[in-house]
Amino acid sequence: MITKRIIPCLDVKEGRVVKGIQFLGLRDAGDPVELAAFYDREGADELVFLDISASHEGRKTMVEVVKSVAASLAIPFTVGGGINSLEDMKRILRAGADKVSLNTAAVVNPDLISEGARFFGTQCIVVAIDAKYDEEIGTWMVYTHGGRAKTDKTAVAWAQEAVKRGAGEILLTSMDSDGEKQGFNLELTSAVSNAVSVPVIASGGAGNAEHFYDAFSRGKADAALAASIFHYKETSVKEVKNFLLSRGVNIR
Amino acid sequence: MIGIVDYGMGNLFSVSKALERLGADYFMSSDPEKLAEAKAILLPGVGAFKDAMDQLNSLGLTPFLKDYAVSGRPLLGICLGMQLLFENSNEYGFAEGLSLLPGTIRHFPGVDAEGNSYKVPHMGWNKLKYQVPSPLLDGIEESHVYFVHSYLAKTDSEIINASADYGEEVPAIVSRNNVMGMQFHPEKSGETGMALLRNFINMSESKVTL
Repeated sequence: MITKRIIPCLDVKEGRVVKGIQFLGLRDAGDPVELAAFYDREGADELVFLDISASHEGRKTMVEVVKSVAASLAIPFTVGGGINSLEDMKRILRAGADKVSLNTAAVVNPDLISEGARFFGTQCIVVAIDAKYDEEIGTWMVYTHGGRAKTDKTAVAWAQEAVKRGAGEILLTSMDSDGEKQGFNLELTSAVSNAVSVPVIASGGAGNAEHFYDAFSRGKADAALAASIFHYKETSVKEVKNFLLSRGVNIR
Repeated sequence: MIGIVDYGMGNLFSVSKALERLGADYFMSSDPEKLAEAKAILLPGVGAFKDAMDQLNSLGLTPFLKDYAVSGRPLLGICLGMQLLFENSNEYGFAEGLSLLPGTIRHFPGVDAEGNSYKVPHMGWNKLKYQVPSPLLDGIEESHVYFVHSYLAKTDSEIINASADYGEEVPAIVSRNNVMGMQFHPEKSGETGMALLRNFINMSESKVTL
């Protein structure tokens, strides 16, 4: 059967990895190519690059980053951030990325999902959802613009619509859990995973190896993404995978 | 030189970079005359079957690929490129394929024999199970490779060199003589993928008759 995937996420600004990574032995800890190679060696199954550049120049630099990463990396990677049009998707995918991730742009213009899926195939289109629990409504609502703007969509309904429109995968971030290191949001993750027919990547809240196990077992996630615990060496991809193996999870 | 067929479908960049890392000489072209000189042909592809066949047909590549297969030189299709080697598909409407391998391309049913539903696309790392021996597998252990696809080949077991288990037995590596296909992405499958491509390159360089 297919394995559960562990996906480190790298934030890239103006072509450089930010949130610094505390590794010894890297010549340049801000170099996306070198970090990608590091995670590949560690056993990462995929990588996600999030372009957080604010400028037009930064976006152009990202295309160059994608090219260099694609030239050296033999595992798949997704690029998100600042992808607002079919043209943006083309630029990133032609530079060698395997998938693009759409967030705010997909909410603003859902046709973008269908256009992208028709043009590149559903397997290239990841829809990223930032979700936060609403006490009054009693469910998770979708937020856009980096979590600053609340929409009237529920996470489950939006995930279903995105898949209907051609999303091949859902990258689901719990804003409630993000940064807390208390574990992935298992209720949200399983609710979305049970509601859609495509793989779901759990994101937000990873603090230790056990949290990954929970995401896959109770959370029904197909993959799990983390940033800081890998970057700051609180654990490693290898450690997480060894733990998962010991708990009988099918991993690579 | 290995000729990579450039017909506007998919990610030629990763495939070509993988060949580069392995030290293989290659060129990319959509011109049948140029491609005819290649010692081996690599047919990549991402996207929909029908669109891909339309492109091959309009570029005059369909008769070229059929002739090339007859020439006995190695021809490897990757992902959608593998699917195109079969007889037909019903992805976004029925379309005829290259018919170099027996069988058809069908959508994953999404429900296994026991009635359990599973996710489609088949996306991620799955383990190869070796079936009929092939020089493509020489020196490589059964290990994980990266799949992304919603359609799979329905074909004769005698041409399946490796399969993966996903709801059913999914043909992963297929071949008949010099015509070969990989459903997964060797260029995205780490060391195992590189080793498989290395074996393909070796075939293109050797004088072994397939």
